[in-house]
Amino acid sequence: MSSFRQNPSVGAVRRTFAPWADPSATPLIRVEQVTKRFGDAVAVDHLSVDIHDREFFCLLGPSGCGKTTLMRMIAGFEQPTAGRITLAGRDLAGVPPYRRPVNMMFQSYALFPHMSVEKNIAFGLRQDGLPKDEIAARVSEMLRLVQLESLARRRPDQLSGGQKQRVALARALAKRPKVLLLDEPLGALDKKLREETQFELMDIQHELGMTFIVVTHDQEEAMTMADRIAVMDHGRIVQVATPGEIYEQPKTRFIAEFVGDVNIIEGKVMGQEGGLWRVATASAEAPFTIDDPDEVLEKGQGVAIAIRPEKMTIRRGAPEPGTMNALTGEVWDIGYLGDWTVYRVKLASGEIMRISRANASRFVENPIDWDEQVTITFAPDAAVILAE
Amino acid sequence: MNRRLSLFNVTSLVLGFAFLYLPILLLMVYSFNASRLVTVWGGFSTQWYSALFRNEPLMEAAWVTLRIALLSASAATILGTLAAIALTRYGRFTGRTLFTGMIYAPMVMPEVITGLSLLLFFVAIGLDRGFWTITLAHTTLTMCFVTVVVQARLLTFDRSLEEAAMDLGAPPLRTFFSVTLPLIAPSIVAGFLLAFTLSLDDLVIASFNTGPGATTLPIRIYSQVRLGLSPEVNAASTILIGIVAVGVLTATLLSKRSLLRSDRTAG
Repeated sequence: MSSFRQNPSVGAVRRTFAPWADPSATPLIRVEQVTKRFGDAVAVDHLSVDIHDREFFCLLGPSGCGKTTLMRMIAGFEQPTAGRITLAGRDLAGVPPYRRPVNMMFQSYALFPHMSVEKNIAFGLRQDGLPKDEIAARVSEMLRLVQLESLARRRPDQLSGGQKQRVALARALAKRPKVLLLDEPLGALDKKLREETQFELMDIQHELGMTFIVVTHDQEEAMTMADRIAVMDHGRIVQVATPGEIYEQPKTRFIAEFVGDVNIIEGKVMGQEGGLWRVATASAEAPFTIDDPDEVLEKGQGVAIAIRPEKMTIRRGAPEPGTMNALTGEVWDIGYLGDWTVYRVKLASGEIMRISRANASRFVENPIDWDEQVTITFAPDAAVILAE
Repeated sequence: MNRRLSLFNVTSLVLGFAFLYLPILLLMVYSFNASRLVTVWGGFSTQWYSALFRNEPLMEAAWVTLRIALLSASAATILGTLAAIALTRYGRFTGRTLFTGMIYAPMVMPEVITGLSLLLFFVAIGLDRGFWTITLAHTTLTMCFVTVVVQARLLTFDRSLEEAAMDLGAPPLRTFFSVTLPLIAPSIVAGFLLAFTLSLDDLVIASFNTGPGATTLPIRIYSQVRLGLSPEVNAASTILIGIVAVGVLTATLLSKRSLLRSDRTAG
């Protein structure tokens, strides 16, 4: 990420693992200029991306953005219309799914209803013609890994949603593929189970040292699990970066709005002073001062300023004279979420800003109430400028 | 769903069922008649059943019918299943609509025409009429029913099951035999039973295509009734009705269960 400042770090950092930053590293999977058309519809459009060995890679995007099609092309269920996909240097064109060192966990789990849990997990190993005792050993290893030893003889229709998900995972892992593809792996689980399973998936991936590629439309899921996220829209990748970079340094307004909550204020660039941009808006009288040195902007250019709700502070009353980046308004709504409180503030211009505050202590003296006049401020480096 | 039936509903139900089944019921009752006169009740007896089993020509006809039904139903099941797979799996190939229409046509085609056209065909190619021509004709007649039953199952079949099998290393043919076939098997059996019963009770097509030494049970019964009603025929018909009823019932239950199963896996 050349456009990103090198010194300060963003998000959670796993310093020991960043093969994508190493120019001499050879990626495990290379997707080169791949296009997939279905009739007139373009599902994937001149897409290129490199995925490295042992990476936990997320394809994130709204439905219909082409993420599932890209995954199905890697699995071999669809053939690219143009471009090529290589795995460990080998061109995958024309290689059928049953000869690829890649396994997939399906969104519907696709467990074979006429086979027991055991037989489901053993299916792939039996195709390889492994000896019986080795299959049995591998199956029990997998059952242990997903903690389902006691259910080995059950049929899929006797399992709960969470158990089915584990069987599907165990079956896909059993052959120890180089790459595991997971299509919305947690989509059918309830919230609590989903959170637990996210961490479990990360542990399993780490333990087995496999490359995971996960397709999801859930940004929280992607943020939690991924080493890197590729945000997709209309068949293209808009940004590939670590979760921290995606959140703190989104490249486009689409990403800023798709990943997490964000306040967007539109304005015009007035100029640069001492490395800081001055941007005039209709939301505040004074222009904003924004510290986003990597952007290359022209005077008079229309831009959007993106500020995350937790990076704004809210205070009662009017701003003191000379306060930098101040907005005034009236408290419109207060949502108490337990860990956070979200304030929705209506500005004089009619725009609604979201400000969130961590409830670090259990008691608040004289809290801000509905309909009160408040001042919102943010630091120059809390905001990101997005070229329109 | 558990509403009680109104008087109107009960009446229409009774009338409807009476219209459909009263004649058959009458036939079944009279097959246990002690009297030789078909229309006069002379007490309960199973003598016509034992007479039936001693009636050589009738028993031989039954044996011929059974063999034809087994052979033609087996052939129809294989062909019909293949047609169902082609129709559901190979998308919109050229001539698909025509193919669909041609598969279903025998279902609505008057049997007289099917029978006559087959007869002309067999004469044209110089095939001697008899056992094999009836078997072929019945295969033609019943194949479309198998296709309908199997296609209904395939349409609700979760394709990702096959993809999962291939993803785990099974080539297409092995995927078919280890995943697709076991899951659609109940509907294939249902199709077979349907074809079997249809062949068993067909009169029209069989009489067009029959030849020396190949008299099926329906043909034999029909020719015997023309000479005069006999309680033996009633007994034979009752057994036939029993077999057909069991066959159709099993077929219905099987295809229902197989559809239910597909719903469960999808959910």
